[in-house]
Amino acid sequence: MSTDSAPAPQGNIAEEQRPRIAVSALTTNLREYGLIIALIVIMLFFQFTTSGTLFKPVNLSNLVQQNSFIIVMALGMLLVIVSGYIDLSVGSVAGFIGALAANMMVIWQLGPLSNPLVVSIVCLIVGGLIGAAQGYWIAYHRIPSFIVTLAGMLIFRGICQALLGGGSSVGPLPDGFKALSSGFIPDVIGPLTLIAPTVNAAGKTILGSGLTLHMTTVVLGLIAVLAYAYFGVRTRRKRERHGYEAEPFPLFVIKTLVASALALFLVYEFASYRGLPVVLLVMGVLISLFVFVTKRMTIGRRIYAMGGNPKAAQLSGINTERLTLLVFINMGVLSALGGLIIAARLGQAVPAAGLGSELDVIAAVFIGGASAMGGVGQVIGAVVGGFIMGVMNNGMSIMGVNVDWQQVVKGLVLLGAVIFDVYNKNKA
Amino acid sequence: MTSTILEMRDITKTFPGVKALSNVNLSVEEGEIHAVVGENGAGKSTLMKVLSGVYPSGTYDGQIIFQGQECQFKGIHDSEHKGIVIIHQELALVPMLSIAENIFLGNEHARYGVIDWNANEARTSALLKKVGLKEDPKTLITNIGVGKQQLVEIAKALSKEVKLLILDEPTASLSEKDSQALLDLLLEFKRQGMTSILISHKLNEVNRVADKVTVIRDGRTIETLAKKDISEDRIITSMVGRSLDDRYPPREPDIGEVVFEVKNWSVYHPIHAERQVIKGIDLNVRKGEVVGIAGLMGAGRTEFAMSLFGRSYGRRITGEVLLKGKAVDVSSVSKAVQHGIAYVTEDRKTYGLNLIDHIKHNITLANLGGVSRHSVIDDMRELAVANDYRKKTNIRASSVYQMTGNLSGGNQQKVVLSKWLFADPEVLILDEPTRGIDVGAKYEIYTIIARLAAEGKAILVISSEMPELLGITDRIYVMNEGRIVGEMPAADASQEKIMRAIVRGEGKAA
Repeated sequence: MSTDSAPAPQGNIAEEQRPRIAVSALTTNLREYGLIIALIVIMLFFQFTTSGTLFKPVNLSNLVQQNSFIIVMALGMLLVIVSGYIDLSVGSVAGFIGALAANMMVIWQLGPLSNPLVVSIVCLIVGGLIGAAQGYWIAYHRIPSFIVTLAGMLIFRGICQALLGGGSSVGPLPDGFKALSSGFIPDVIGPLTLIAPTVNAAGKTILGSGLTLHMTTVVLGLIAVLAYAYFGVRTRRKRERHGYEAEPFPLFVIKTLVASALALFLVYEFASYRGLPVVLLVMGVLISLFVFVTKRMTIGRRIYAMGGNPKAAQLSGINTERLTLLVFINMGVLSALGGLIIAARLGQAVPAAGLGSELDVIAAVFIGGASAMGGVGQVIGAVVGGFIMGVMNNGMSIMGVNVDWQQVVKGLVLLGAVIFDVYNKNKA
Repeated sequence: MTSTILEMRDITKTFPGVKALSNVNLSVEEGEIHAVVGENGAGKSTLMKVLSGVYPSGTYDGQIIFQGQECQFKGIHDSEHKGIVIIHQELALVPMLSIAENIFLGNEHARYGVIDWNANEARTSALLKKVGLKEDPKTLITNIGVGKQQLVEIAKALSKEVKLLILDEPTASLSEKDSQALLDLLLEFKRQGMTSILISHKLNEVNRVADKVTVIRDGRTIETLAKKDISEDRIITSMVGRSLDDRYPPREPDIGEVVFEVKNWSVYHPIHAERQVIKGIDLNVRKGEVVGIAGLMGAGRTEFAMSLFGRSYGRRITGEVLLKGKAVDVSSVSKAVQHGIAYVTEDRKTYGLNLIDHIKHNITLANLGGVSRHSVIDDMRELAVANDYRKKTNIRASSVYQMTGNLSGGNQQKVVLSKWLFADPEVLILDEPTRGIDVGAKYEIYTIIARLAAEGKAILVISSEMPELLGITDRIYVMNEGRIVGEMPAADASQEKIMRAIVRGEGKAA
């Protein structure tokens, strides 16, 4: 045999064994939800060690506002990593965009162009162009993404600092812009007071006493939970109508109930504080969009195929160059959004904005189960990975753990998560 | 002749589902050049891998006796220690290292881990002189041609105190001149008393240098010919002599007008820009016809097919592709697919499948438009399509959600076929469609091919297995060194005729 590809052993799996399918559905689902369970365990751990501070509504809002930019950028990074590339420039691009936005709004007198909304749109476009510039070399000249984006990391950090005139910061930014990060959605329905707040001797209400619910948040939350349950049931029905097995019914019910309960708990938490943070809404919309694109759209499927085997994808008629370019443009736009969120939260642009965040973003994607070889990874995984990083940051800060040791712990969690994945894969 | 240096007795090696070698005997005497010939897939390379310990002792049955001692090699290291060195078909040199670094790779003259470059280079110079290569030992491998690289491989073998040198198709990628030089070198080694085994299917070369020829066919030794009995005709008969029983499904060809036509197709090598790989090929395939392209490895068949399919191979491509008489643009894979051309690769793992995804996603990949609306994939339709093709091509898997990486070769091939069938092509180019798959699965693939032809598709099959071409095609083109050197109706063709077209065409200038 001059071409020795020894044939693999014939699969000895008998046709359609129901119990076996039920078991495999359970194990694959366990792996999928293992991450969410890990997040919950970590949250409970910090809830305990911070004596209940973690789940305080005000802290949850903080947690979301502090970490949203990581998760927004992780959505783009997931596609980059699934495609088989890496992007090291996202932190610097975010910093640069923050500086650009601040300059447009505060320093340069641009008239109507200084409007926060216009500035944001311009910044997103600039982010897309940066992504295109980097993606062009990666896609059409096959320069390793590691190198191109390492160069981008240096270049855009440099421009960011130059725009801010060396070491100074630019601000304060207009309130309308800051609402992107620190704002809450308005309560159009009106608050519902369950327990009247305590009034002190001076006739003022004591902050945080009593219980008032932000009803718009409650209604939006209920709609989201109902929609989730409805689409879950509809997909099941559809599968059954076509004569295909869906996952076992009890598993489906448990899954839906647990997810809904968690969601309602969070809704309650936010509603009892100041309502849904604007940035959480933005994030929620983006996450849903990316789940849809990766799971249901042809472009998503093509990205997975390209990451899994670029040559086979190309020989199946997929324009892998253009797809690579699009993936990096998307990353650029999301980096820009990340930069805007950071600037809005700080209320000013600082030279160190987003510094080192590329590593948190990449870590989130890998904790979420993506493979460094490409072709494997889920949006939800990256989001949960991002939250795991965020909860650890937040929890350890409240506990008063030194920043140095926080890094050590995060590093160990990243390593542990990936080792767990590899071990699981080898066992399978 | 003196004593027997190597004896392989009753070697049997089975892979799951396939018996690659069965009771093979090979006896090599000291100081001779012993040629081992056979078709592609006959078991030559497997035999050499058994000998060199690539397949360690225990994974095969039989005995290896080298210099009077029974040997049980656990790996290449053991056999090299005994002085058996194999030079593989694919060169195993590190391109960005120098000649000297390559020759002593893993075996450097060093003290406490510090390499003595002077000693290495001095020894390299001496070795290069032996093989007649005039290059500086510091030259990088990537900067010398394939012919010289082959000589470096041999020099590397010589650096290991070699007693038995095995060359696996050493001239497959060499020019005529380099091949001659290499054969001369072999004869020179023989004068110095070295024993070598030459694996080749270039019979003129075998004729020139071999003292003995052992013919292997279907994993069995057929015969060993002594120098006086060696002739091309004798070897050819011995190589191919087997009957074509009902290993192929019966079929009633219903052949229509010409569907697919290629005119004056020429391609240059993607890296060595001056090397013309495909030299003005003309061919056509009719509706409902199965046309074969026969030839040996390195004839340029895959390069031809891939250059046709969206210019996936080569540079400076010229020529015309006509579908139903009209010239079509096949300059990208998606254009070729849109025009109804499909290419099923010879290397399904590297070019055909996403091994880390499941069957369903692989089947629909080349035609996602067929399962989606406004770019949104209809899950149910996709599942139905996948199950349908799984049934049609008889893919054996627990479900369409099984990873393709876990399937057997035959079932993987059926997934690749399904992918292209779902793209609904007019013309199917199948490159080695049954490589590395077992007999049962082969029959199933043949059945699918017959059914497609009956549906009126035009099918072009590239295969190195001549009986297969004779069994399933209507017409056969013979290709060699980038040219069509023969064309014959399958009914008139025989393995001898094809072999003759190839060997007679060897080195013939156009």
